[in-house]
Amino acid sequence: MQLDDAAKEFLIESYEGLDQLDREFVALEADPQARARIAIIFRVIHTIKGTSGFLGLGKLESVTHAGESLLSLLREGTLTLSPPMTAALLALVDRVRAILKSVETTGSEGAIVVEDLKKTLLALADGTAAPAPPVTPPASPVVAAPAPVVAPPTTPAAEPAATPIAIAEPVAPASPASPVSGEAGASASVADTNVRVDVSLLDKLMNLVGELVLSRNQILQYSAHAEEPVLAAASQRLNLITTELQEQVMKTRMQPIGNVWAKLPRVVRDLATACGKQVRVEMRGKETELDRAILEAIKDPLTHIVRNSVDHGFESSAARAKAGKPKTGTLTLRAFHESGQCNIEISDDGGGLNIDAISKKALERGVVSEERLRRMSAHELEQLIFLPGFSTAEKVTNLSGRGVGMDVVKTNVEKIGGTVDLRSKPGAGTTVQIKIPLTLAIVPALTVMSGGQRYAIPQTHLVELVRLEGESARAGVERVHGAQVYRLRGRLLPLVNLGETFGLARTADAEADTGLNIIVVQADERQFGLVVDAVGDTEEIVVKPLGKLLKGCAVYAGATIMGDGRVALILDVAGLAQHARAVHAKTEQAVTAAAEALADGAAGEKQTLLLFSAGGETLALPLSSIARLEELPRARLERAGDRSVAQYRGGILPLIQLGESAPTDTGNLQVIVYSSGERSVGFVVEQVLDIVEETVRVERVSARPGVLGAAVVQGRVTDFLDVGAVARLKAPWLFEELR
Amino acid sequence: MSSETRQVCTFTVAGLRLGVDVTQVQEVLRHQEMTPVPLAPSVVTGLINLRGQIVTALDLRGRLQLPPRPSGELPSNVVVRHGDAMVSLLVDDIGDVLEVDASTFEPPPATLTGSTRALISGVYKLSPHLLMLLNTDLVLRLEAQNPA
Repeated sequence: MQLDDAAKEFLIESYEGLDQLDREFVALEADPQARARIAIIFRVIHTIKGTSGFLGLGKLESVTHAGESLLSLLREGTLTLSPPMTAALLALVDRVRAILKSVETTGSEGAIVVEDLKKTLLALADGTAAPAPPVTPPASPVVAAPAPVVAPPTTPAAEPAATPIAIAEPVAPASPASPVSGEAGASASVADTNVRVDVSLLDKLMNLVGELVLSRNQILQYSAHAEEPVLAAASQRLNLITTELQEQVMKTRMQPIGNVWAKLPRVVRDLATACGKQVRVEMRGKETELDRAILEAIKDPLTHIVRNSVDHGFESSAARAKAGKPKTGTLTLRAFHESGQCNIEISDDGGGLNIDAISKKALERGVVSEERLRRMSAHELEQLIFLPGFSTAEKVTNLSGRGVGMDVVKTNVEKIGGTVDLRSKPGAGTTVQIKIPLTLAIVPALTVMSGGQRYAIPQTHLVELVRLEGESARAGVERVHGAQVYRLRGRLLPLVNLGETFGLARTADAEADTGLNIIVVQADERQFGLVVDAVGDTEEIVVKPLGKLLKGCAVYAGATIMGDGRVALILDVAGLAQHARAVHAKTEQAVTAAAEALADGAAGEKQTLLLFSAGGETLALPLSSIARLEELPRARLERAGDRSVAQYRGGILPLIQLGESAPTDTGNLQVIVYSSGERSVGFVVEQVLDIVEETVRVERVSARPGVLGAAVVQGRVTDFLDVGAVARLKAPWLFEELR
Repeated sequence: MSSETRQVCTFTVAGLRLGVDVTQVQEVLRHQEMTPVPLAPSVVTGLINLRGQIVTALDLRGRLQLPPRPSGELPSNVVVRHGDAMVSLLVDDIGDVLEVDASTFEPPPATLTGSTRALISGVYKLSPHLLMLLNTDLVLRLEAQNPA
């Protein structure tokens, strides 16, 4: 007979409790008045009674119940412990042990008789000590006990010797597996094969294994270069053993997700009743195991999602009937392992998300613009419920819908390196999918190099790697207001240059590399590209916390020790994104706007545009706004006071330099002449690039002076120059003269 | 006069003779390779791998607002326990462990100013040099300082 987990746990716990009782009784004999001890005994018996009732062990329940009645009186002080009572209680302990043994070996309570003991216990509790019952099993040595049982309670110290005799082997004949023979013979008892271990010890073991993994990596690196067959073989073996050990130790920290799910049916029942709905819970993959730290972390998010489902996901029974669905809704919890991650799905067969209500609410709350909303896909609209402060509940219930909700779920799951996704089918239901790593202590990570330093990026944050070579590396990166972006399959990807962000000097190797490495990473709900000098290997790294002194550095998730023994920092992608965003406060807004402009490229009217470069940026002007393009010999450039001027068409043309420095290598100046009334002004640019005719829509994306906005010109995001504003900015004197 | 003594691990930083109570010191090490931590407070020089433990290295010159270490000179490490973690104080040279008498101890002299004064608990009048006892708790309290 196979015992299920609950029964096994019950046996282990009960055996432990009984061992404790033995000690307590011995101590109690020395001090019969110690009520605290009686309370402990009471608790143990009470626990056994409760669980045995739950497991359907009737005899055990009834006999412990009788014991409990006596103990509760003793605990309250209504009765004082007398030797007959001690004897009866010890007999109880032994009888319980015998029943447990029988349950363990045969799966049932067996033929053990409890009626006699029950009667004795109840009689003692009633104060009507019945002398006969304990003798009922005639062959039993319990016959030794009657003496103390009938002995007047006024002689407590008189008969202490009788008690040990009574406990010696009272139940031996009742069960073939008596405590004594059982312990000696059946070595595979559950109590013997299980050990309770402090979690901190497991953590320590995990740390040590982490160290071992690092040492193994070091040795493997070394042996890969050594031509020593013995070393190679030994390190190969070390590799295998370490991997196995790592897996096994990790397993000790693993617990089935069923432990966390166990309380959900009750949550669902209560909530469904409160909402007047009928919901039943189905669980699949209960045994799927996860690191206990992760289980702890997803407990609350899971509960929240389930509450949400019941509260908002399911329709009322009446509505379900109308829709031709079964009256009772089904909430399905599914868990399974997939590619080194754990997937948890919470699905309901309710009405699905109300996209209209969500859109309306999103607009109301101002979390998204109307225009933006129009362009969103159904899936994007569904994701809106993960935005902070979002709740579609028509009325706030006391259970959910207080506006703190799915965003918190998302944040908590992402904190442990997981992701949350949501799919909904109108009328058919909603599925929330959570993907989380199996463990936090050892994670696969990609190493990257920047400025001669190595950094690790946890694999869970990686989306893809992009390598640009030659011309595409040079032209691939565009600038929007000083922020770099890369166009990845028609989507603008903001770029963060790791070396620049960290203020690292570029190494000679990196200078020599004409290519560009972009690591597309996922942070919060957005993606960005991390530009690094070089990309290394993927390896398992052991995450170690940074000290207190570095608590403020949100850009790191920790540190690790690499195969060569050096320390490498682990990047916190979300923190890095935040840091980069803070540095370029306007960037994101600009990129978003530019991305929208990109999407809106079709609208707007056709214009003829002049494209030119200045200060390293490509800029545009409507051709209609300028008078002429000139190429002036550098020699014509003269200075008048602190201003640059040139002789032009018999007059003097004030010049304004666009960009940082004048190009000195070419003989001629490229000048765009702008005229207003009588006066003209020349803008010196680096290079006039092209004149194009295109349909553009200029979007005002930033408050940068001198720039009208940005638009997509020839497939590139280009800033439009505001000639008047530039003149005002660069040469206020000219502005006055122009008017 | 009490003859109470304590043992002090001594070292020099920019010509100053400093010490910390020997019970706080985990170990002293020659120069170790360090991994710099960009965007960290400026006094955090890097991270050291101390037998699998990651130890933050703090530049004492920077912390005491003393002139930076001449290039080419490598600092030594005085690893001190800080709570349940360890921090390495980067110093110029490591000296002996000295037994000092409490009777020679005095609070920081009034003539001493600036960061150094704020971060030492007192001075032992030894000959020929004074020995300043660092208050490691204060040295390792960075939050009020420049998080450069």
